[in-house]
Amino acid sequence: MNETNTTEFSLELLQAGDRAEFARLVDAYYTPIYRLGLKMLGDSADAEDVLQNTFLKALQHLPNFEGRSSLSTWLYRIAANEALMMLRKRRLTIPVDENADDSDDDFIPTQLTDWCCLPEQEFLTDESKRHLDLAIQRLPETLKVVFLLRDIEGLSIRETSEALGLSETAVKTRLLRARLHLRESLSGYYGERLNAENAQ
Amino acid sequence: MKSHTHDCRAMLADLNDYLDGDLPEDLCAELENHMRECENCRVVFDTMNKTIYLYQSCGREVDVPDGARTRLFSALKLDDFVAPGN
Repeated sequence: MNETNTTEFSLELLQAGDRAEFARLVDAYYTPIYRLGLKMLGDSADAEDVLQNTFLKALQHLPNFEGRSSLSTWLYRIAANEALMMLRKRRLTIPVDENADDSDDDFIPTQLTDWCCLPEQEFLTDESKRHLDLAIQRLPETLKVVFLLRDIEGLSIRETSEALGLSETAVKTRLLRARLHLRESLSGYYGERLNAENAQ
Repeated sequence: MKSHTHDCRAMLADLNDYLDGDLPEDLCAELENHMRECENCRVVFDTMNKTIYLYQSCGREVDVPDGARTRLFSALKLDDFVAPGN
């Protein structure tokens, strides 16, 4: 699932305060944790704060870690909480009702252009990548964090639910809504590219 | 999806499980039958699949800024372990 399998780390050594083992853990996970922070917050300085706070808290709480989830899921949990807390401090758009994103209100796709036939080189240009990032930034935070953990970091539904303290059903609902929002956004963007392509 | 039929709504609800390979075989067959008949749902499925593919292809491309690892190790008082990576 991740770049590194956390079973490679000795929990016994980590909990005994072995600094070399903790340094190995940091080395294995600083990139994905930074990435989660960056994509959640859209700012490299804030992402670095998330990174440092995550590992400082991990260091502090390791003695109490009970191993009910994997070490990586636990690190993602700390990082996701840090990022969400920073977003709240910034007073960005947070749904008043945290459960609003689990509602059964139908999200009906409105963009129905089939842009899959665009030439392959159109999909991952620098401009396209910026649009992909922008589309993530526009997601409500509660959907964004689920999408990032599941589809970018590759956590399973169960691991995502453990990391966020949500039921698996809630994770699945939020993931579907996130994917639908992103598909809608990308359809607007690539649909225009397709029109431009066809006009040539 | 213009018509918002019951089948279209069911397709949307099952889309994630289908894409993630978690949908039971009989429901997969139902969904595939529906997509053969409903052009809008086929487009939603194909573009959703492509959306996920694009994010999974480039979503991990992030450069950690120069010095961030060193600053992190320093904040954790692990300066003596900073050498291997930076």
